[in-house]
Amino acid sequence: MNNEEVKKLHEPLFHIEKRGGVSKKKAWGIRGIGILVAVVIVSILAAIMLQADPFTFFGKMFEGAFGTTNRIWNMLRDTAILLGFALAIVPAFRMRFWNLGANGQVLMGAFACTVCMFYLYGKIPLGVLVPLMVISSVAAGMLWAAIPAVFKAFFNTNESLFTLMMNYIAESLVTFTITVWVPNGSGSLPPIIPGGLKLFDNAYILPILIIALLTVGMFFYLRISKQGYELTVVGESENTARYIGINVKKVIIRTLAISGAICGLVGFLLSGCMSGTINPQIHSGYGFTAIIVTWLAQFNPLVMAGVAFLVIFVNRGMKSGIKPAFGLTTEAFANIVTGIIFFCVLAFEFFIVYKFKYRSDVEEKMNAFKAKFKKKSAAKVATEATSDGVVASESASEAAEKANGAGDAENGENAAEKATEEVNKEEE
Amino acid sequence: MKKFLTLVLATIMAVLTLGTLATMSACGSKMTVGLITLHGESSTYDKNFIDAMKTACANLGLSDELMIISGIEEDNTCYEAAKDMVDQGCKVVFADSFGHEPFLIQAAKEFPEVQFAHATGTSSKVQNLPNFHNAFASIYEGRYLAGVAAGMKLAAMVEAGQIKASNMEGDNIIVGYVGAHPYAEVKSGYTSWFLGVQSVVPNTVMKVLFTGSWYDETAEKTAANTLINAGAAIISQHADSMGAPSACEAAGVPNVSYNGSTQTSCPNTYIVSSKINWVPYFEYLIKNTLDGKKVDTDWVGTLGNGAVALTELGSVATAAGTAEKLEEVKAQLMAGTLHVFDCSKFTVNGEHLTSYAADINGDYQPDEGVNVIKTDANGVTYFAESDVADFRSAPYFDLDIDGITVLTTTN
Repeated sequence: MNNEEVKKLHEPLFHIEKRGGVSKKKAWGIRGIGILVAVVIVSILAAIMLQADPFTFFGKMFEGAFGTTNRIWNMLRDTAILLGFALAIVPAFRMRFWNLGANGQVLMGAFACTVCMFYLYGKIPLGVLVPLMVISSVAAGMLWAAIPAVFKAFFNTNESLFTLMMNYIAESLVTFTITVWVPNGSGSLPPIIPGGLKLFDNAYILPILIIALLTVGMFFYLRISKQGYELTVVGESENTARYIGINVKKVIIRTLAISGAICGLVGFLLSGCMSGTINPQIHSGYGFTAIIVTWLAQFNPLVMAGVAFLVIFVNRGMKSGIKPAFGLTTEAFANIVTGIIFFCVLAFEFFIVYKFKYRSDVEEKMNAFKAKFKKKSAAKVATEATSDGVVASESASEAAEKANGAGDAENGENAAEKATEEVNKEEE
Repeated sequence: MKKFLTLVLATIMAVLTLGTLATMSACGSKMTVGLITLHGESSTYDKNFIDAMKTACANLGLSDELMIISGIEEDNTCYEAAKDMVDQGCKVVFADSFGHEPFLIQAAKEFPEVQFAHATGTSSKVQNLPNFHNAFASIYEGRYLAGVAAGMKLAAMVEAGQIKASNMEGDNIIVGYVGAHPYAEVKSGYTSWFLGVQSVVPNTVMKVLFTGSWYDETAEKTAANTLINAGAAIISQHADSMGAPSACEAAGVPNVSYNGSTQTSCPNTYIVSSKINWVPYFEYLIKNTLDGKKVDTDWVGTLGNGAVALTELGSVATAAGTAEKLEEVKAQLMAGTLHVFDCSKFTVNGEHLTSYAADINGDYQPDEGVNVIKTDANGVTYFAESDVADFRSAPYFDLDIDGITVLTTTN
C-alpha cells in the first residue's frame, strides 16, 4: 500500500473545524442564509401541500401578522408577553441555572392575581385591588422560583427537573381551584373583570409599556450592575465566584427570585390585564419558546426583543394568516412550518462556530475554481468600468449561482463570499 | 458579503411586500362567516362543527367567505379572534366552546352590527343583547336512542352468554361512561344514555369516570380501561378525543360514540354515535343574518328539524333488529308519547321527582321559583330538558339518579 492509497481511504472529503473569531457581520450573514434556506424549504412545502406559490403563501403570512391595526397591536402585545418570559429566564440562564419552570412561575403569578380578583373584586376599590394584584402576583412567581433555587443552593438538586416538575404542580393547582370555584362547571372560570384592566382604554398598551421598561432595566442590570456581574461569574465558575468572595448561595436564590418576580408580573399581565380570568394554559407554553429566544439572542435583552418579534411573527402569521386562508383546521401544518424555520435558524448557529475544512486535493480544485470566478468578476467590473455596488453585487451573486450549480452549496457560499470581498476591494 | 446579503434580503422583503399588497388587493375577498373552535379537527367535538359549517356555507354558496380559526383557548384570545373576524368583514361569528361565551359577549357588546352566536351557552336570555344568541339541541333524545342501541347489544350479549360474572354487580349488568366534567351537559347526556340502555335491559347499573378535561386522549383511554377493568360490558363517552373508543377497540368492548362515527378506526366495537347536526342551525343563522331577519335569542335543534341525529350503525358490533327498534323509539319521541326523563322511570335518592328548581341562568345555583318538572296531556310527569320556550336550550339536567355511581380513582 502506498501513501496515496492510505490517504484516499482515510481522509474524508471534508471535516468540521472550529472557526477562529467570527465578525458580527459574518455571523449575521450566516443567520441570514439560515432564514433564506428556511424560506426556500417552506416555499417548496407550501407548493406541495397547499398548492400555493411562495408569494401568496408569505403574503398571507404577512397579512396574518400585520394585515389590520388590531393584528399589529396583537403582534406587539404578544411580542411583549413572550419577551417578558424571556426576560424572566435570562438572568437565571446567564447564571447557567436552567430554569425550565417559567410556565409554572407565570401561572402562579396569574393564579395569585386571580385569587385577589375572585375574592376582592367589587368589594374593595380598584386603587387598592390593583396594587394588591401586582404584589401578590410578583410574590407568588418569586416563591415558585425560589423553592427550586433554595434546593439547588443548599442541596445541589438538579434545577432543570425540579423547575420542570413545578410546572405541572402549578397547572394542577389551577385546574383544581377552578373546579372548587365552579363546582359543576365545564372547567372554565368566567372572567371576573371582563376585558381585563386597561390603560387609556387600550387593552394593549399596558403590557407593552411594562415589558419595554423591563427590557431596558434588564439590559443594564446584566451589563453594568454588580449583581449582574456576580451572577455571570457564578455561571462561569462557582469556585472562582467563591474565591473572589461571592456568596454563591445568596446569588442563586436572589437571581431566581428576580426571575420568578418577572414571571409573576407577566402572570399579572396575562390574567389581570388581558383575560380577567385564568386557565391552566394561559401561559401558551411561552416558557419553553422563551428558551430559544434567549439562546438565539445570546442573553442580550435588546436582541431578545427582535428574536421574540420574529417568533411571534411566525406564530401569528400562521394562526391568523395561513390557517384561515387555506382552511387549515389542525395545528399540524403550522407546527411543521414553525419547526422548519427554527430548525434552520438554530442549525445555522452551528456554522457561526464551526466551518467545513476540505481535503487538500478538493481544496485545491476549489481554489482553482474560485480563481476563475475571481478573474471573471474582476474582468466584468473592469469592462463595465463602473464601481456601482449593485452591479458588483450582481456579478457576485451570479458567481454564487454558478458555483451553486456546480455542486456543493457551502462551496458556493464561500465562492460568493470571496468574490464579493474581491469586488469590494476593487471598488475601494 | 454584507452588501450581497443586504441586497438579497432587501430583494426578498420587497418582493414579499409587493406580493402581500398584490394578494391583498387582488383577492380583496371579504369574509362573511367566522367560526371559532377550541381545538382543531383532531377533536371529534370541533370537527363536528367545522364539517357542519363547511356544509352550510357550501349550501349557501359562501364557501369562499368562511373563515375558521381553530385552537382558540377560553380566554381573551377568543375575543381577539372574534374582533379579527369582524375586521375581515364577517357579519356573523360563531364560537363552539362553553368557555368562549363571556369573551364572545364582550365582542358582541363592542360590535352591535355583527351577529354572534354560541353553542352550549347559557347567557343569551340573561344578557338580552339583540346580537348575541345561544343554540343547542335536544341531544338527550339522541343519547337516549344511542342508549337503546347499546341496550339491544347488551340484550344480545346476554343471550349469547357473553356477559361474565365480572360484568355483574349483584343482579345488575355494569355499563361504563367516560365523562369530561361533572357538568350539566355531561350529566344530562349520560343519564339519558343510561335510561336508553335501561329501557331495553332494566337490570343495568352504570359507572362514570370524569377526566376533568374536554380533550385528553391519555386520560380518556385510562378512564375507559379502568371502567373495563371494573366490569363495564359496554362503554360510551362524552369527551372529545378518540381515547375511549380506541381503548374499547383494543379490549373488544362495544362502544357507543358521540359527535361522529368511529366505524373506520374502531370497526369491531363501534355500535352507533349520536351527534348534533349543526347544519340546520348554521343555515338558519347565516340566512337570517344576511336577510336582515331576527335570529332567535335561544335556539334548540330537535329530532324534527334534523339537528339531533344518529350516525350509521356499526357493521360488526350492532345487534340484529337495532335499526327497526330505533325507528320505533324515535317515532315515539317525536310524537311526544315517550319522554326521555319520564319521572316514573328513574329515582333520585330513592324517590320520584315531583318538582325541581334547576339552574337556568347559569350561576350554578338552583333558580328560585323555577320548576322544570312538567306534566303532559296524558298525565305523564317528566323533566323538561332543553325546553327553549320556558327555560333554555343548553342542558340543565344535573341530578344524580340512582343506579349511576361516579368513580373517583383510575387504575
